[in-house]
Amino acid sequence: MSDAETPETPEESTEGTEDTGGAPEPPPENTADRLAQWQKAGGVVAPVVTAVLAFLVGGLVVLGTGSNPIEAYRGIWNGTGLEWFFQVGSYEVGLPFSDTKVWFPWDPSSRAAENLQQTLILTATLILTGLAVAFAFRCGLFNIGGQGQYFVGAYFAIWIGSSFAGMNSFLHIVFAIVAAALAGALWAGIAGILKATVGAHEVITTIMLNWIAYFTGLYLFGQGGPLQNKEQVFSPTSNEVLEDARLPVFWGDPLLQGLHVGLFIALGALVAFWVIVNRTTLGYQVRAVGFNPDAARYGGISVARNYFLAMAISGVFAGLAGAIDMLGWRFSIGFSDIQSGTIGFVGIAVALLGRNTALGVGLSALVFGSLINGTATRNIPPDVFDIPEQAGNLSLTIQALVLLFIGADILILYLWRRTGQVLGVGGRGGLVGKAEPEP
Amino acid sequence: MSTSATAIEPGGRGLARAISPRAVAWAGGALGILAFWLTLPPVTARSPLVPLVVGSLGIAAGIWSWRGGVPARVWRTVVAMGVLGILLGWLATRSNVDSLDQVFVWSALIAATLRAATPLTFAALGGIISERSGVVNIGLEGMLLMGAFFGFLGADKLGAWQWGIVCGVLAGACLAAVHAFVSIHLRADQIVSGFACNFLALGVTGYFFIEVYTDQGTPGNVSNIPSLSIPGLRDVDFVGAAVGNLHILIWTGFAAVLLMHVFLFRTTIGLRVRSVGEHPKAADTVGISVYGVRYAAVIVSGALAGMGGVYLSNGITHSFNENLSAGRGFIALAAVIIGRWRPVGAFLACLLFGFTEALALRLPGAYGEDAAWTTLFRTLPYVATLVIVAGVVGRSVPPAADGKPYVKQ
Repeated sequence: MSDAETPETPEESTEGTEDTGGAPEPPPENTADRLAQWQKAGGVVAPVVTAVLAFLVGGLVVLGTGSNPIEAYRGIWNGTGLEWFFQVGSYEVGLPFSDTKVWFPWDPSSRAAENLQQTLILTATLILTGLAVAFAFRCGLFNIGGQGQYFVGAYFAIWIGSSFAGMNSFLHIVFAIVAAALAGALWAGIAGILKATVGAHEVITTIMLNWIAYFTGLYLFGQGGPLQNKEQVFSPTSNEVLEDARLPVFWGDPLLQGLHVGLFIALGALVAFWVIVNRTTLGYQVRAVGFNPDAARYGGISVARNYFLAMAISGVFAGLAGAIDMLGWRFSIGFSDIQSGTIGFVGIAVALLGRNTALGVGLSALVFGSLINGTATRNIPPDVFDIPEQAGNLSLTIQALVLLFIGADILILYLWRRTGQVLGVGGRGGLVGKAEPEP
Repeated sequence: MSTSATAIEPGGRGLARAISPRAVAWAGGALGILAFWLTLPPVTARSPLVPLVVGSLGIAAGIWSWRGGVPARVWRTVVAMGVLGILLGWLATRSNVDSLDQVFVWSALIAATLRAATPLTFAALGGIISERSGVVNIGLEGMLLMGAFFGFLGADKLGAWQWGIVCGVLAGACLAAVHAFVSIHLRADQIVSGFACNFLALGVTGYFFIEVYTDQGTPGNVSNIPSLSIPGLRDVDFVGAAVGNLHILIWTGFAAVLLMHVFLFRTTIGLRVRSVGEHPKAADTVGISVYGVRYAAVIVSGALAGMGGVYLSNGITHSFNENLSAGRGFIALAAVIIGRWRPVGAFLACLLFGFTEALALRLPGAYGEDAAWTTLFRTLPYVATLVIVAGVVGRSVPPAADGKPYVKQ
């Protein structure tokens, strides 16, 4: 029976692959192994069960506080704008960036469409912060620093977006986005280097980097800070991003926060993630290190190099998230934005629920984006909760429950494997290696 | 420096043998602090040469103790303190005297440091006992927040600060019980579970905060943690203002540090906790209930963090706001690491962080308009932790089984 405390022997470490009978393996004992098991199980049952459970328990919470959970969820659903897809009719839509009108089955300017635009704006950001966590996970690293990397990216995007007036619009946007992505990569790379060289645990270092980024932001944009808006001396906020540096809106009214092209950047990142992980040498090496660093090292893969690269690439995703948020719809960042920023942390839930795959992250980003937008105060009908702000807290609670049930997820898998073995269908050990001590 | 080479040779000169390298290291550290202190009121040396000379002596002492064979982390710390002393001292000589006088009222600063350090201390002690038993507790932040809210609510609704402590401690323990169940029994990833606890605490406290207090904010007439006025001490000139009139939870915090030290390193149960954290299988083999010890440790950890939270809301801010803890749980986590999973070490780290917080609170008042840079002071705990885990001044090694779920045999 595998166990982290016993000194390993080669026989034990391959046990998983030839585990044909007898007792099932207990759940693996470190993050990388756990992930390996999730990847292998691959199915959608456990994440769906996790999400449904979380919403059910969230409903119980609502019930316990005296509100009607069905009405609450209906209100949230209406706020997401997802019902737009079910309102089929005959409409006209102008092709983006031209005057041509074509027939379209959905109403592009209904109330639902406006809600859906907001949901998708959040989804785009969550895809990127989710990928930031997921990519590091594939390398066996737990990147809790998505929030800090997002902040650093956002700071650079704001700084570049609000200066360099008169620059060519396209170049300006590209410049800001690339700088934000690189800044995110550098910030995450610090944790990567520390992991690669001295083995400092990435969870600790990324938490610390989060808070350094946080207070640096309060300094930069706070009263008297170097990047504070000079025209409003008493409000701790940044300069506005210049018109030229804003991402074009392709759906909805730009003045009413329509959907910006950042969505395509996020979708492109999903594709890039899939290609890197599944179709490149780098992705192969990253996954090999994630499954078993010692075996990877024995196979001639530089574990240190992959730790660094995995973190840096994660940082690129998080930095991009910061960039599209700032250039796409926020246009400025202030004290309160920094203090209430949790989008990077939600990325952890997105990645875990999406099992660190491209498709999974995309779908779970949509789930969380809908949840957050649906529970935004302005979207909740006043009769559901006594105080509409409560919906935001319900949303936080549901996010926490998703994370907790992801913990139970492994138990579901374990039971599944066990029954599978009894029936003789599942339960092959597959890729699960032995728990390895930290280097 | 000429004596340094002989210090390690047998039969070296008398002086070198008479002075232990450890004592030199201590003296060097003191010189590093002195370099900074001399530039502050009441001495207020204005020449940058003063910190430079004193700090250099401290660095020299650090190097000398290295040649004398003290462990790397000791002499590196001494050298780092010397460098910091020079830097901070130089900064202080650049500042104007009025502002310095305003900030460095030592008695008030000490009292403020102790106040700021106490929530951190309780949470750090919680982190230590949990991690010593092998369960990583990232959820300290959430447990602190639970304690802060329910401590305030208890004191408000039940009318006495004692009830506040009871409620806050219970709330922290309840959240810890969730973390314990998910990470011990369900063997979830302890970091995911701890993180979930933070989210849960944000949601739950936010919900009840709005439910109970709506838009009015918290009332101002809640029974607060009382101070302990020490008759002999409070009238003494300097000491009285510093420690003569501290909240009782500050003294409780001191006691808790000592108790935790004795418990972990001098009692059988403490030994069991540590053995479960270092080698659960061996502990299991000799009949210690690994799950039982871990459950107890994690729940006590939540109770301690909850106590820190009670002090935060009911002793310091006298009010509650959403996300009142604002990262203090993570600073406590940093203190655990810097203190190398030892109560006294973590307490010293908490004092340092408390000092930076007290400074950061006082600086803007003294420097007025151009005080933006004082915000950067707040990053110090986190930068220090990064430096420590990077191994620049000695590595900090967690308990061997920290973060690894245990499967019963």
